[in-house]
Amino acid sequence: MSAALDIALCALILGVGLATVVGRGVFRAVIFFITYGLLLAIGWARLGAIDVALAEAAISAGLTGALLLAAQGRLRTMKTEAEPPARARLPAALAGLSVACVLGWAWFALPVDQAPDLSQVLPESGVGNPVTAVLLNFRAWDTLLESVVLLTALVGVWMLAQDADWDAALGPRFHARPNGVLANFGRILPPIGLIFGVYLVWAGADDTGGAFQGGTVLAAVILLAMMAGALQPPSVAHPVWRVGLVLGPLVFVLAGIAGALLSDGFLTLPLTIAKPAILTIEAALSLSIAATLALLVIGPPDDQGQDA
Amino acid sequence: MSLSIFALTGAALVGIGIYGLLAQAHLLRRVIAFNLIGSGLFLFLGAAGSRGIGIDPIPQALIITGIVVALSASALAVTLVVALARATGRATLPDEETPR
Amino acid sequence: MADLATYALTAIGLVFFVAGTAGLIRFPDTFSRLHALTKADNLGLGFIVMGIGFQTERWSQLAVLLLIWALALLAAGTVAQLVARAALTTGKDE
Repeated sequence: MSAALDIALCALILGVGLATVVGRGVFRAVIFFITYGLLLAIGWARLGAIDVALAEAAISAGLTGALLLAAQGRLRTMKTEAEPPARARLPAALAGLSVACVLGWAWFALPVDQAPDLSQVLPESGVGNPVTAVLLNFRAWDTLLESVVLLTALVGVWMLAQDADWDAALGPRFHARPNGVLANFGRILPPIGLIFGVYLVWAGADDTGGAFQGGTVLAAVILLAMMAGALQPPSVAHPVWRVGLVLGPLVFVLAGIAGALLSDGFLTLPLTIAKPAILTIEAALSLSIAATLALLVIGPPDDQGQDA
Repeated sequence: MSLSIFALTGAALVGIGIYGLLAQAHLLRRVIAFNLIGSGLFLFLGAAGSRGIGIDPIPQALIITGIVVALSASALAVTLVVALARATGRATLPDEETPR
Repeated sequence: MADLATYALTAIGLVFFVAGTAGLIRFPDTFSRLHALTKADNLGLGFIVMGIGFQTERWSQLAVLLLIWALALLAAGTVAQLVARAALTTGKDE
């Protein structure tokens, strides 16, 4: 029964994935991509990776979907040329097929390694969720650099602004009718989203959740508030937002240096303070993740993009 | 059994993504295809990490990191596409104009 | 008994989902499609939530399920309004 469910789910994922690539029209491809992300999140839940399922649904389907939808809308208002038809279909199909076959062969050919058993060392990390333990303690380097990657991407996005727009507020202008449905939605949902986002970060220490999932929910709250007109998008030079953007990586680096000075080395956390230290880093990190993701999605300052 | 299904789905998604990346000229579609390749690889890696005893959290942590980095890259790519369209009025690369 | 209630209620919910999807595919313009989608699917989701509610062990789980349903209702209602307004102002019946 469960194998039948998995096969049906995978067939759906493949079908929708194929539709994003070969379907007619870019708008349709974007919609199919959002559906694809949600189906994939169910797949991750089936694999028992609930943390990944949350990240997939929130980041891949939600934020990437919003990003692509906004870009598609902008391209349409700019009246770009119609989409050219697919070309070189046969060679492209052969290339895709051969890579897929090699990967499939690799799955059966590679030896099954025994995964290292983290349950032995998990108590040393200070937290109960093994994924959080890996992200913020055992492999904190990856996560530190990842937060810097986010920041770098945002700087890269800002670099693409036009000179005349530089001092304007970030993103296109949003229009929400005062007291219209969107404005009301933007008043009702943010408090709930705020509680849920903070809960995800807090629960992430011992249960499902974490800084990235919680930060993404907070980013969605910021985006909704901006679209509903409850929150003005900042300009590039806004000091409070800038502090928010660097707070997470900064706290992370400071904690790492403290570890180098007081403990065994850079980014090592002694067991006695591991849990409070991880929670502090996560709190700062999720604030920065929320701010960075929201600003990544609304894009560079743009006064010409009237309608979004 | 189920793990193999998910791993093979991941492999097939990578193939579909590569087809889209090569065959579609519209740049937003290429960004989507690129994301398809990424998520297919994540699925493959996640299934591989679930072999052996129980679920290995290390690939899961790597995948979450990967998902966030993929979003950063997509945001930069999409902004580049919009900037290109604003400058040229086209959402395709200049050397790939369709002959008419 | 609880299992039977779950089967019956989720089955009713699925019928509404099928009806909503059929409407989405078959109806001619944006407004009637929205009507099919939001009304039928919200009802279907309500039945499925009720069905799963019989499987919960604690009241808190039931409360979370109901919260999910309420949020989905709120989001679907708002989005339907926005899509309808956009369709009305652009006059595109696609």
